[in-house]
Amino acid sequence: MSQTKQVKQLDRVIIRFAGDSGDGMQLTGDRFTQESAVFGNDLVTLPNFPAEIRAPQGTIPGVSSFQIHFADHDILTAGDRPDVLVAMNPAALKANLGDLPKGATIIVDTHDFTKRNLDKAGYSSNPLDKLGEVDDILAGFQVQPVDLTGITVEAVKEFGLSRKDAARAKNMFALGLLSWMYGRPTEPTIAFLEKKFAKVADILGANIAAFKAGWNYGETTETFVVQYEIKPATMAAGTYRNITGNLALSYGLVAAGVRSELPVFLGSYPITPASDILHELSKHKGFGVTTLQAEDEIAGIGAAIGAAFAGQLAVTTTSGPGIALKSEAIGLAVMTELPLLVVNVQRGGPSTGLPTKTEQADLLQAMYGRNGEAPVPIVAPQSPGDCFAAAVEAARIAITYRTPVFLLSDGYLANGSEPWAIPSIDALPKIDANFATEPNHSTTNAKGEPVEEFWPYLRDETTLARPWAIPGTAGLEHRIGGLEKGEGHGNISYDPANHDRMVRIRAEKVQRIADSLPPLEVDDPSGEAKVLVIGWGSTYGPIGAACRRVRRAGYNVAQAHLRHLNPFPNDLGDILKRYDKVLVPEMNLGQLSRLLRAEYLVDAIGYNHVYGLPLKAAELAEAVGALVGQAEGRDVDLGEHGTNAPADHEEAPAR
Amino acid sequence: MTTIDLGNPSLRSGTELVPSLAEGETQTGKDFSSDQEVRWCPGCGDYAVLKAVQSFLPDLGLRRENIVFVSGIGCSSRFPYYLDTYGMHSIHGRAPSIATGIATAREDLNVWVVTGDGDALSIGGNHLIHALRRNVNMTILLFNNRIYGLTKGQYSPTSETGKVTKSTPVGSIDHPFNPVSLALGAEASFVARTIDSDRKHLTAVLAAAAAHRGTSLVEIYQNCPIFNDGAFDAIKDNDTKAHAIIPLVHGEPITFGTRDEATGLGDKALVRTASGAIEVADTAAVAADAILVHDAQNPDPSTAFAISRLTDAGYLNRSPIGIFRQVDRPTYDDQARAQVADAVAKVQGSPEDRLAALINAGDTWTVG
Repeated sequence: MSQTKQVKQLDRVIIRFAGDSGDGMQLTGDRFTQESAVFGNDLVTLPNFPAEIRAPQGTIPGVSSFQIHFADHDILTAGDRPDVLVAMNPAALKANLGDLPKGATIIVDTHDFTKRNLDKAGYSSNPLDKLGEVDDILAGFQVQPVDLTGITVEAVKEFGLSRKDAARAKNMFALGLLSWMYGRPTEPTIAFLEKKFAKVADILGANIAAFKAGWNYGETTETFVVQYEIKPATMAAGTYRNITGNLALSYGLVAAGVRSELPVFLGSYPITPASDILHELSKHKGFGVTTLQAEDEIAGIGAAIGAAFAGQLAVTTTSGPGIALKSEAIGLAVMTELPLLVVNVQRGGPSTGLPTKTEQADLLQAMYGRNGEAPVPIVAPQSPGDCFAAAVEAARIAITYRTPVFLLSDGYLANGSEPWAIPSIDALPKIDANFATEPNHSTTNAKGEPVEEFWPYLRDETTLARPWAIPGTAGLEHRIGGLEKGEGHGNISYDPANHDRMVRIRAEKVQRIADSLPPLEVDDPSGEAKVLVIGWGSTYGPIGAACRRVRRAGYNVAQAHLRHLNPFPNDLGDILKRYDKVLVPEMNLGQLSRLLRAEYLVDAIGYNHVYGLPLKAAELAEAVGALVGQAEGRDVDLGEHGTNAPADHEEAPAR
Repeated sequence: MTTIDLGNPSLRSGTELVPSLAEGETQTGKDFSSDQEVRWCPGCGDYAVLKAVQSFLPDLGLRRENIVFVSGIGCSSRFPYYLDTYGMHSIHGRAPSIATGIATAREDLNVWVVTGDGDALSIGGNHLIHALRRNVNMTILLFNNRIYGLTKGQYSPTSETGKVTKSTPVGSIDHPFNPVSLALGAEASFVARTIDSDRKHLTAVLAAAAAHRGTSLVEIYQNCPIFNDGAFDAIKDNDTKAHAIIPLVHGEPITFGTRDEATGLGDKALVRTASGAIEVADTAAVAADAILVHDAQNPDPSTAFAISRLTDAGYLNRSPIGIFRQVDRPTYDDQARAQVADAVAKVQGSPEDRLAALINAGDTWTVG
């Protein structure tokens, strides 16, 4: 019953795939993302899954989802509210329904709407039976009930799989259907399946058949009458790939090893959401990368410190609870002034908190979470792809200044993805390890004869970095440790004046990193903004999207984003003073705003959410708008660009 | 799960890959003394060990710059400051983890850990057992004085039950660890015990430990004259030590006590009971072939473990001394480097080109 389908143009769409943890929603979302990336849309993704590997089947806690926002223009977030929800069971419907704007499309797998599953999700009756009735909880949505499982099982019959295995291909049916609806290219998924299931012909056949059946279902049945077209986005020239933050960060560490010509050594202990970096780096032994899965978090950093002393590019990766355990060792790296990257993929806290959810509440831990005056530079990536460059930058600082450096990623950056303009290797900075090779201090011995010595704490005048002399270098034998060092010679010193000097020198060394930083970029298109919105880390997307909304509505606002949290850029104080109001959106209770207030005596205003999810751009835009109103002494109405929009639309940048 | 046969890399001496002195070059103990003043209490057993190590290191014939000493926190952990090698005085209990990083990163280094009973067995217990399990190529010198010295006299994880200390005024209720038993339980490939004041035995054990490829654990009974003076008097006093020390020599029958001039055997001997346990018997009462012959190279550690259990858990009146176990087992660091070297040998092209290929792999698209 083929018919002519209508094709509608859209500028962007937000789709959320939701199902049980075992339904393969992450894979489905990931494949749809790759198809969209290859098609040329700009996109941002947001995976959201439970901490349990297999939470009780069919329950709300077991719901796993993957959201993708793709567009024909440059976008910054995974979108606040999905236009389309694919719900594989009642729990997935219930858990996600509240996020949908009226008018959204809901595609449900009717097969799983059984009494048992409805009970598990807490539905007393089947909402699909009430469509169009007075108590229809789905009224106002475009509901498309499809027996995804039943059709899938039928479609893969010829492969002779068990019913359970056959039904498992339903995610590929859903992918095929959505791929048809949005005109996605199918070749990348077919190629992916051929590789993934190369050794199991029947599973491969069933997955491809289910995928094609989903596509054909859209094309041939009357259920779906509209196909949508979202043209490729105009993007800067270059070669792109879709990439998650953890993968980009891993590649950045490999790149830092190549550019510093140092072997990379990772000492790590598995922890969500950082483990993928350990997994990825363990694949790159061909680059001379050593990975050591230690007995605990402390041993992970301990081994890394050992490798740093031995002359390698040492890294330890973890999340907040692991940082808590590593704190004493980070202090040792501060005292011994050894290069070390400490990667914290932040998650919801405190304690075990929300292992699979995002948060950026470890900034003050990174800044102050050690005994004594123990300054550590802090670098934070702002998007998944940016994790690559941020890792290289953190390595540059660590090696150049002989210091541990925090790299603060988060759960959203780690698992979220975006198109990434692949850099040319030549464009990456060269990092000079600059090992000490000879004595650096002249003195005389007891007999008055001149003697050349090595002083491990004699510093470079510009950077205040100490020499890095590695074992095996004759004549430079020396001892370092956690006890206070005498200035220059580095022997143990309990002298009060020396301690005061050394504490100040360590602080000054970190402060001098600011001299190597570029000026902070401020996005203030009109130059007339009175309000500056400043953030750090993964809030870059929502803040940027919120500022675009405010500008579209006809108001002025400036945006700046900090990559360096310690030290701050030298021009930050002047920039803050240029604006009447400073808003600091963060996924914590005001950690950056506290630092800005303390450092610059600026009345930084916090915008703080800790839902374990990225900030929502429309809501943030309202907060920015309200502040613009205060600053300019007028009423601000964002209209359709705020939360009361007819469509929840992320704007292209104003030109 | 898939498992991969890792082969069995040929076992080498502990120092085989470390650069040695050139022909004609010599070193003395003085070359290994740093310019730092030694600051242990007068009479501390640590002095004797330092002296023994300083005079032993030249015998290794290794380049001084390729020797690294790592320590944790405690009196004994000041050790690296007094040796003119590379060294790190790290944080409490973590020295084995840091040394693991050093030893894994560099095959050309001779790595030593200096630790104490509190450092290694209390706060650092986890790192110790995992270092032993992995068999990283390094030598751990565990100075056991059965007390916390640097924090001024609290009981340690090797202190005897009932011990009255500052933190246990009515006696310790903690059951003590036997470091040798613990190491054997962690499947250590080299486990020995020696005494600070027996320079000759100490040096011989150090030589064997350094020559062993893998983690060597050497427990050194060390007297703390301030907070636990006399803890080892029974094994040090000339009148009692023959009866207190059970000497372990590979290939020799294990006997102790009053020596018979003719047979060379002590009047006490270790024998295996019907149940398989090891016990002390009168030498005269057992057949000569019933006396246990020490086999440090026995792949099965259970006899070594049984011998270790003959150590007094309370005040030390009896203790086996010597090398309990010395077996060959692949080391973690050799295998880690072999995996990296195998991977490196398979790649072609400059690192920059390979990096470009890596980040350009997968589904890419080009704009403009």
